[in-house]
Amino acid sequence: MSRRLPPQPGEWIDRERVLRFSFEGREYSAFAGDTISSALLAYGVRVLGRSFKYHRPRGVFSAANHDTNVLLQSDSDYNIRADVVAVEEGMKLTAVNTVGGLDKDRGRFIEKFSAMLPVGFYYKTFHRPRALFPFWENQIRRMAGLGRIDTAWPQTRLPKRHGFCDLLVVGAGASGLSAAITAAEAGADVWLVDENPRAGGSLNDQQANVQRDELLARMAHLDNLTFLPNTVAAGWYGDHYIPLVTPEGLIRLRARALIVAGGVYEQPAVFRNNDLPGVMLTSGALRLVHRYGVAPCESAVILAANSDAYRTALELKSTGMFILAIVDMEDPESRGDMFLQVRDAGIPIRGRSAVYSAEGEGLLEAVTVCELDDQGRTKPETAQRIACDGLLMSVGYAPAAPLLYQSGARMVFAETPGQFVPETLGPGVFACGRVNGVFDENARVADGAAAADEALRHLQIKSDTPARPARCSERMSHPWPVFPHPRGKVFVDLDEDLQLKDLERAAAEGFDNIELIKRYSTVGMGPSQGKHANMNAVRILARLNNQSIGDTGTTTARPFFHPVPVKHLAGRRLRPERRTAMHGWHRKHGAVFMPAGHWLRPKYYGPGPEQEAIQAEVMAVREGVGLIDVSTLGKVEVFGPDAARFMDQLYTLKLSTMKLGMTRYALMVDEAGVIIDDGVCARWAQDHFYVTTTTTGAEAIFRQMQRLIGEWGLKLDVLNRTSQLASMNIAGPLSREILQPLTDIDLAQEEFPFLGARQGQVAGVAASLFRVGFVGELGYEIHVPAAQARHVWEALMEAGRAKGIRPFGVEAQRQLRLEKGHLIVGQDSDGTSSPFDANMNWAVKFDKPFFRGKRSLQILKERSANRLVGFRLRDKHAGPVPRECHLVIEDGEIAGRVTSIGYSPSLEAWVGLAMVDRKLAEAERLSIRVDGAVIIEAQVVPTPFYDPQGLRQKLDSANGVSA
Amino acid sequence: MKLIHCPKVGTRPASEFVYGGLWRPMPDPDASSDIDWSHYVFHRDGAPGVQREWWCHAPTGMWFVAERDTLKDEFLRTLTVAEAMKGQGQ
Repeated sequence: MSRRLPPQPGEWIDRERVLRFSFEGREYSAFAGDTISSALLAYGVRVLGRSFKYHRPRGVFSAANHDTNVLLQSDSDYNIRADVVAVEEGMKLTAVNTVGGLDKDRGRFIEKFSAMLPVGFYYKTFHRPRALFPFWENQIRRMAGLGRIDTAWPQTRLPKRHGFCDLLVVGAGASGLSAAITAAEAGADVWLVDENPRAGGSLNDQQANVQRDELLARMAHLDNLTFLPNTVAAGWYGDHYIPLVTPEGLIRLRARALIVAGGVYEQPAVFRNNDLPGVMLTSGALRLVHRYGVAPCESAVILAANSDAYRTALELKSTGMFILAIVDMEDPESRGDMFLQVRDAGIPIRGRSAVYSAEGEGLLEAVTVCELDDQGRTKPETAQRIACDGLLMSVGYAPAAPLLYQSGARMVFAETPGQFVPETLGPGVFACGRVNGVFDENARVADGAAAADEALRHLQIKSDTPARPARCSERMSHPWPVFPHPRGKVFVDLDEDLQLKDLERAAAEGFDNIELIKRYSTVGMGPSQGKHANMNAVRILARLNNQSIGDTGTTTARPFFHPVPVKHLAGRRLRPERRTAMHGWHRKHGAVFMPAGHWLRPKYYGPGPEQEAIQAEVMAVREGVGLIDVSTLGKVEVFGPDAARFMDQLYTLKLSTMKLGMTRYALMVDEAGVIIDDGVCARWAQDHFYVTTTTTGAEAIFRQMQRLIGEWGLKLDVLNRTSQLASMNIAGPLSREILQPLTDIDLAQEEFPFLGARQGQVAGVAASLFRVGFVGELGYEIHVPAAQARHVWEALMEAGRAKGIRPFGVEAQRQLRLEKGHLIVGQDSDGTSSPFDANMNWAVKFDKPFFRGKRSLQILKERSANRLVGFRLRDKHAGPVPRECHLVIEDGEIAGRVTSIGYSPSLEAWVGLAMVDRKLAEAERLSIRVDGAVIIEAQVVPTPFYDPQGLRQKLDSANGVSA
Repeated sequence: MKLIHCPKVGTRPASEFVYGGLWRPMPDPDASSDIDWSHYVFHRDGAPGVQREWWCHAPTGMWFVAERDTLKDEFLRTLTVAEAMKGQGQ
């Protein structure tokens, strides 16, 4: 039986273009512009979904996505909100949340068990016997989903754009259009957005509207007014940063002012079976009729609590719908002229009455109407049955205020018009129209223009202080459209299948605060986020607590306003990589890379298995010569009159006493005395230092330096040369022999002692050289401009080829330094380690007048709770080997952890470092618990493990004669 | 996202900035007891209100001081370090 009406003036469908789609396996056709719901309703299909918990049949309710009764899935998409999504050719749709299809949904039997499913049931029922709960939990989780995701679907990411404007107006109804036009005519750059395909808002839901046509005509002439239909302003973020969700993708809009003209959501009455298909909101009925030419029902009863209901009755009657009665909860004569018009049209009116229950087998067939007593309660003894297939409710409204709340509005409950209205708004935010409590059409247009003037004043484009029209003086929303029934099924939130008795029980159980009752009962937590439910929940809680609505309050309205598909939000993968100047050479020579922050560094060089390659690299450095790329370390020039003082204040060692042309270890702690970085410092002049930092600390340490110069009021400059310079370390007993022919710097021991620093040329390139001791062999760290670094690297590799020079990577370097017992900040130290914990008392110079962390270190010196110790496993250790972070156990308690461990080929033993409790500092043995709770014994030994005298790094020549 | 006014470069989105902690004068370390010094290092007053903070505009490396109302999350004004020091009498 077709419910399609003859063509309606201004309808949104194009009857010339027919589309075909299927729903639940049956074929249907639609007109272009139909929503899925309107197309199905046109066929008389009225059951379009099954409810979340009880699988009750559901139909179209708000036709505006203020409820999600009709949630569908297709073969390529899910979460399709049929009330607002347009039909596309070839769609194959099914309802979600059904077992065996919509009509024969086997899930509908669950309603028989509703006694076991009270509010918060997952905390209460199914828990005993305990052993069975996991089974029930699985069943409940399986039933709780709404749809099925197919992971084979292609991933989509939509591009994002940025937008900028003076003024954003949200909502293109009467007041929004007026506001946008007023502001644009005054010269502002205005964006206007509306979630519908057309502008006009509720002005579209009438036979004809002259005002709308005039506004649209004015808008068409304005170049500086950008109108975006099908666009949702999804939320408000700081300083008017607003995501606009358009079909083509997200626009990140930055506005300088915002006008919210989002209107209101019509609210339902709460009575038995108010969820039957056929029970709906009058605004939904008007939308279906005027936009899509579909009659939602043949004969309707209208439940009324304001004059809008009367207007609606006349509108719908003129389209051919039978209006069986208006059931007015108050005195019909108070509706003034509208009452007279309706009465004269021959529509029966019952005053001081309400709907007590709706009845029907899966569809609305009749309503039971009762009179109301002085308290607004139904008098069941006056019950009368009216057969009908539509019950349209016009009992009240709630403001679409999330954007206002998010931008800092304080809303207050106003007795007329009977809703929350703005009391104070955030800076640069304005509201107009019904969201502001203004209902009359002309008043809304005036309110929009006045809001625009206020916005223009804020934008300093105009300077008027306009008068705002008064708020509506009629009470448009009934304070208590709630009618309890002894047999229940009185629904407050359709998305969550939440009944009146659930809220009463939640409050009785102590969840009687609006935030608690929301979370415990889940009211307002469904896909429509309470648009049709929250206001009634507030009214109900206010009554239960004997409080005013204002005192009961509302919950926080968080973004997003409507569901936003993830494809709008998902970003493109961006993994920045920083590569050193020698990266290409490493790749060509079989380097296996590892990330160090954003940098890529060679871990080891293949081919061949990892452990063997690393051991070979280690042995090459110990016995011959190796070359490593250390370009990722931070490099900072420090220069100026106060440079020496700055270095002394920044680091724990005394750097001001350094001789020119020498280096010194540089250890940095924070104000609490905790180690945060280390490096090597060289001095070129009285007022010129050059210092390195760790790779991961480079950016942050440099930033700290800049801040401290200002904070300490010193005169000097710092320059970050981390990327500008590349560096490499040639290490091993043959390193001097390989390097000397390539450089003009005299590398002889007397000219360039251990820890020295020199500047000159290497392979024809300007270079700085440092003799450092990190890996414990004779070696030189070479710093050159990055553009010429590869040339220098290749020259060194060529020069050393005959002697078997090998490139070595990070893993080999870590092994080499471990054999020397050198600390790696962040690995052998953590966020609580002071230099005393790390066995570096020698690095703290208390005789400096001030340095960062000094005062804290004075306190910590006596209180050091940990100690870094070296340990060694038994020779020819077999069985499991400890790894980093395995625990040291003493007397059954945790007494520390392993921080570094590795196999030393030179010593032919496993050695490592562990941070242990102070009391174990003098211990001889450590017990380490490894995987499988096995305990390994280790011997505590002093560090360095290898070459304890440090003779090899001071070598004169490969003959092993020390300096 | 919020906008912050850098004294050198002007108004930029908050993602370009790094927060540097409360602006607070260091007591004389040599004249502080252990307890007072620990209080300076570890304790902060979390009460909402206007406070001075260190901020860095990361792309330019510019450090400056901002006065921010932490209750309303509103930047009241931004100052250069020199201006902030002057107010401090340093």
